Amino acid sequence: MSDGNQGGINLKVVGSRPVRPDGVDKVTGRAQFGADFHLPGMLTGRIKRSPHAHARILKIDASAALALPGVKAVVTSSDFASDATGEIEAGEGHAAIQEIAANCLAKGRVLYQGHAVAAVAATQPEIADEALELIEVTYEVLPHVIDVEAAMAADAPVLHEDMFTKGVTPKPAHASNVAAKHVMGRGDVAAAFNAADLIVEGRYETAAVHQGYIEPHACVASWGADGQSTIWCSSQGQFVIRAMVAKILNMPLSDIKVIPAEIGGGFGGKTTVYLEPVALALSRKCGRPVKIVMSREEVFLASGPTSGAVIDVRLAVRKDGRITGAELTLKYQAGAFQGSPVNLGLMTAFACYDVEALALTGYDVVSNRPKVAAYRAPGAPMAAFAVESAIDDLATRLGMDPIDLRILNAVRDGAKTVYGATVKHAALVETLEAIKASPHYQAPVAKGCARGVAAGFWFNVGGESSAAVHVDEDGGVTVVSSNPDIGGSRASMAMMAAETLGLPIERVRCTVADTTSIGYSGVTGGSRVTFATGMAVVEAAQKVVADLKRRAAATWECDVAMVEWKDGAATCTDPSKDVKPLSIKALAGKSAKTGGPIAAEVSLNAQGAAAGYGVHVCDLQIDAETGRSMVTRYTAAQDVGRAIHPAYVEGQLQGGAAQGIGWALNEEYVYGKSGLLENAGFLDYRMPVASDLPMIDTILVEAKPNPRHPYGAKGVGEVPIVPPLAAVGNAVSRIVGRRMSSLPLSPAKVLAAMGK
Amino acid sequence: MTSIAARVADFTGGLCTFEVDARTVRSLLRELEARFPGLGEHVEQEMSLAIDGEIFQDALGAEIGAESEIVLIPKIAGG
Repeated sequence: MSDGNQGGINLKVVGSRPVRPDGVDKVTGRAQFGADFHLPGMLTGRIKRSPHAHARILKIDASAALALPGVKAVVTSSDFASDATGEIEAGEGHAAIQEIAANCLAKGRVLYQGHAVAAVAATQPEIADEALELIEVTYEVLPHVIDVEAAMAADAPVLHEDMFTKGVTPKPAHASNVAAKHVMGRGDVAAAFNAADLIVEGRYETAAVHQGYIEPHACVASWGADGQSTIWCSSQGQFVIRAMVAKILNMPLSDIKVIPAEIGGGFGGKTTVYLEPVALALSRKCGRPVKIVMSREEVFLASGPTSGAVIDVRLAVRKDGRITGAELTLKYQAGAFQGSPVNLGLMTAFACYDVEALALTGYDVVSNRPKVAAYRAPGAPMAAFAVESAIDDLATRLGMDPIDLRILNAVRDGAKTVYGATVKHAALVETLEAIKASPHYQAPVAKGCARGVAAGFWFNVGGESSAAVHVDEDGGVTVVSSNPDIGGSRASMAMMAAETLGLPIERVRCTVADTTSIGYSGVTGGSRVTFATGMAVVEAAQKVVADLKRRAAATWECDVAMVEWKDGAATCTDPSKDVKPLSIKALAGKSAKTGGPIAAEVSLNAQGAAAGYGVHVCDLQIDAETGRSMVTRYTAAQDVGRAIHPAYVEGQLQGGAAQGIGWALNEEYVYGKSGLLENAGFLDYRMPVASDLPMIDTILVEAKPNPRHPYGAKGVGEVPIVPPLAAVGNAVSRIVGRRMSSLPLSPAKVLAAMGK
Repeated sequence: MTSIAARVADFTGGLCTFEVDARTVRSLLRELEARFPGLGEHVEQEMSLAIDGEIFQDALGAEIGAESEIVLIPKIAGG
């Protein structure tokens, strides 16, 4: 495990900007995504979905569908293992395997429109579509509930008769939709409010929003005659997919091989299964490979958005601007099954600020919506929207610069977080100062525009990762990664290996391995891959260097302590030896004579990930006639430790900001009175496109590299989606002249607030 | 030891702060399981620990000092 061994100076590859190795294939359409795999004899799978928001399944009759020529198999939840129990890691944390299975194919009840009920495999797509119509499902329609506070009401329709609120003592006497109540805090909050010179409070709402990955879920599953099965799919983690499918179908892990396809975006939404166990169950039944690809409508209806939320916040403040206490209540939608990220919302809400007294309460609430899935910094953006809006109100009331107010209250190293961690290697103050000094913030606000500022935090994590480094016979190097490449990790892994080996980046290639070809790894998520898998790559490369030095020493017949490795070659420092340096190419060319192939694999459980902080500033204007908000200038600054590939880090900041701007201005799940989703498509679910946004400027703050990573990396992918909701909301509120507290800030809401 | 996770209170009968004698995370989990049946397994499966301010996930061998402060926190994942 690395600890402070980073080469902080004279880095040759880390910090440079090589061209993305997979870029050309992706922009020219040559890359193989989940839907691009074809096998001989492959069947088309289709999913029969619920037309109701909430109903009891009385009967499923597939006899007519099975009688249709070309139909080879139909499956329902009865084809899943009935005795699968326990919990499994699933994006935002652990989830009960029975609930993951019941989300893939409903058991007894459908809990939201689009909930999968049955699946069919047929020789042609048209036959599969026709077969779906022939599957007769008899329902008893039940009352439904969509909104989070309505679901918490005592008379709300209850989704799960066995759900009793956890975290309440004594155990409640009646089942409810409140899966859990979470409480955390510290200090004397009442005293803080009693002594406060100023109290700021507000109620905020955010809508459920989808990750909006451009590639729908897709997979091909093939049940082998010998019991060995293969799944090709687009996911954020081939090992997690394997684990979930194995549990749901009651199979040994070793009987399933998952081959990761290229992934067209995930943002957390591809850390669980929807199609894979269904496709494999179909294939098991008919003995032929089965492909299932979701339509965009299915993606919206049946894959996880993140929670909509209702949030109440109160701040106790001294007249000098110091926040001395805070109360926060979060109510998060979990969707049809428990497991919203409300805990993470509580933990992150005040993570940017050193507040002595905190009382935080969160509710995890089920309702008749699709089960939420992880989405960049799960749980944090909604909580930050409320807190950062309240801080903006505070700055206005005090007449203080919003950056200065945040610097006054910012956490610094040594501060204690509400969740128990001590702040270390934090560069929030430096990031706030970088924004304050930026050309954007120094420029006056343009006429007709307003400016908003907000900060954000994410923990970043490490965890289990594996990587291998192979030296080819010609001295080139292959890095084998255990994580699907979403944000450019092929390049960053290759760069860290090249830096360690002293090679130019052009001599190092990185590939992503299937579940049988490398050791276990957690998902590509949580901003963990550059940190954790990168650590495995560097340690594997260090082992290779040690091996190369040993071989050079053997060649020169000297002590290995007298061999140095520099710029991709071994040099002998023994003055008694008159020898020339041995390059990696020379050593690799004679590997058979010095011990065989040169390679190393490292598996580890990385600890010591350092948190990241971001500060965004947004200028926008509002079309007074239509109410449309237009972002005119945007800058994102972030505490990134050390950027391995700065262009990709900048891309993460820009992508997170773009998604956050969409969350703030346009995106929402719109339900009708019957509990059915009314905007399950990109035409009606409005995500920002390039023409909606200005160039998003970025500032990478490298003031505090993480000493627990060989090259100082911190995770960077989650932080940038946290500040935009409030940065945008604060700017809109300034123009409108009143606090805009309900997202999205759609043109209709803005016009109404402006009295038009 | 302190817990910020409400679920832990279900195992401890509402107790959120208590003393535990353990020198590693492994022995800590054993002690928790003995004192509050089910809690050790729950913590091992679903929780992280902050030991004197540093977060550890799935680190059974991590050492705990005699005066260490330990906080049980929900396992942190991400998107």
